[in-house]
Amino acid sequence: MTSGLIFGLTGIAVFAIGLFGALVMVEPLRRVLALKLCSVGAGFLLVVGAWREPPEAPDPVPHALVITGIVVMISATAVALALIRRLHMLERDTDD
Amino acid sequence: MVEPLLLFDALLGLAIAALAVAVLTVHDRFAMIVLFIVFGLMSALAWVRLSAPDVALAEAAIGTGLTGALLLTTLHHIRAAPAAPVPVPGGVVVANLGLCALIFGGLAFAFLLTPLQAPGLAPAVAQNMAASGVGHPVTAVLLNFRAYDTLMEVVVLLAAIVAVWMVERGTVQAPAPVLGEIYRGFSRLALPAIVVIGSYLLWVGAQAPGGAFQGGAVLAAVGLLLLLGRLYRPQPAHRPFARAGFVLGTAVFAGVALLVAGGGRLPFEYPAAHAKTLILLIEGMVTISIAVTLAALFHGREPEAVPVSEKSE
Repeated sequence: MTSGLIFGLTGIAVFAIGLFGALVMVEPLRRVLALKLCSVGAGFLLVVGAWREPPEAPDPVPHALVITGIVVMISATAVALALIRRLHMLERDTDD
Repeated sequence: MVEPLLLFDALLGLAIAALAVAVLTVHDRFAMIVLFIVFGLMSALAWVRLSAPDVALAEAAIGTGLTGALLLTTLHHIRAAPAAPVPVPGGVVVANLGLCALIFGGLAFAFLLTPLQAPGLAPAVAQNMAASGVGHPVTAVLLNFRAYDTLMEVVVLLAAIVAVWMVERGTVQAPAPVLGEIYRGFSRLALPAIVVIGSYLLWVGAQAPGGAFQGGAVLAAVGLLLLLGRLYRPQPAHRPFARAGFVLGTAVFAGVALLVAGGGRLPFEYPAAHAKTLILLIEGMVTISIAVTLAALFHGREPEAVPVSEKSE
């Protein structure tokens, strides 16, 4: 039993939970959050892949990839949220 | 005898998985976002335990802090959403649950069979650190060895702000939330400190965990406080400056690559004598772009000469 094993399984669990949420949730905001959970789960696996047992020098390449992923994810989230706001506005206007 | 830190890891892992479930199941949408922020901070803590402080900083600042702010401001705009959920058929839910459980099982099986702690690319990075111009491996990978990735990442951020401005062009929105008096006093105290912390993160990234993305995200928080405290109000006339800020990082990054390539080298093969200067120049400009872009993503709609909220009242 090591930290890598524990957090690797945590990451896979978070990914599966996020995937399930993205598939069955109806509310757009919640669906975006579910996809965000998936991305964090994937990040867990990359960070675990970079981890070494005496925690001396982890592999920096997966770390750089996860940082890139985090920035790409906030870009995608911001666009999705703008679409949600626009959709809400259009729905409100048709209701009036 | 269980090692106390392993016990801590196991409890943290369980808490993270439980928070992920809670985010998706809690009814109230505000609570959902708050739980998501807690989930992100716990993930950052787990990454610190996996000796990935750079990733933890980025997740805490960008993936959790700024994403949380984006989610909360969106919730503010759509809070009047008519709650008319079309229920998903029970069969679909059960089928998806089964499939996701299968995916979890398959991935966990594959993960357990994978040998951890393979050498990976760490030795290759360590060998070339002396030529990289910086002393921190993650910064060397981001700005030197895999600089193409980072350039494209800055382009993605630029594309996101272009898309957000296009999507919300000409729309009329409710006014953004305003901080109360106490928070305004707090922001006056906090702003200088945040500027110092953000600049420090940028500078220290050459030698230790930190760097352009973490520093830029912290500086973006300055923009958020200025916007929320009405200390800065975006005007249509400010758009050229904002656009210049969005493009600055990409332009300098690509410009340096082209200049280096013009000298008969590969695009990111910095001359050894100037590597640190060039990397710091790129990082500084990228930090400004990231801070401006993230703050603009939070603000959302492009500042246009449209009267705000004339229709919703």
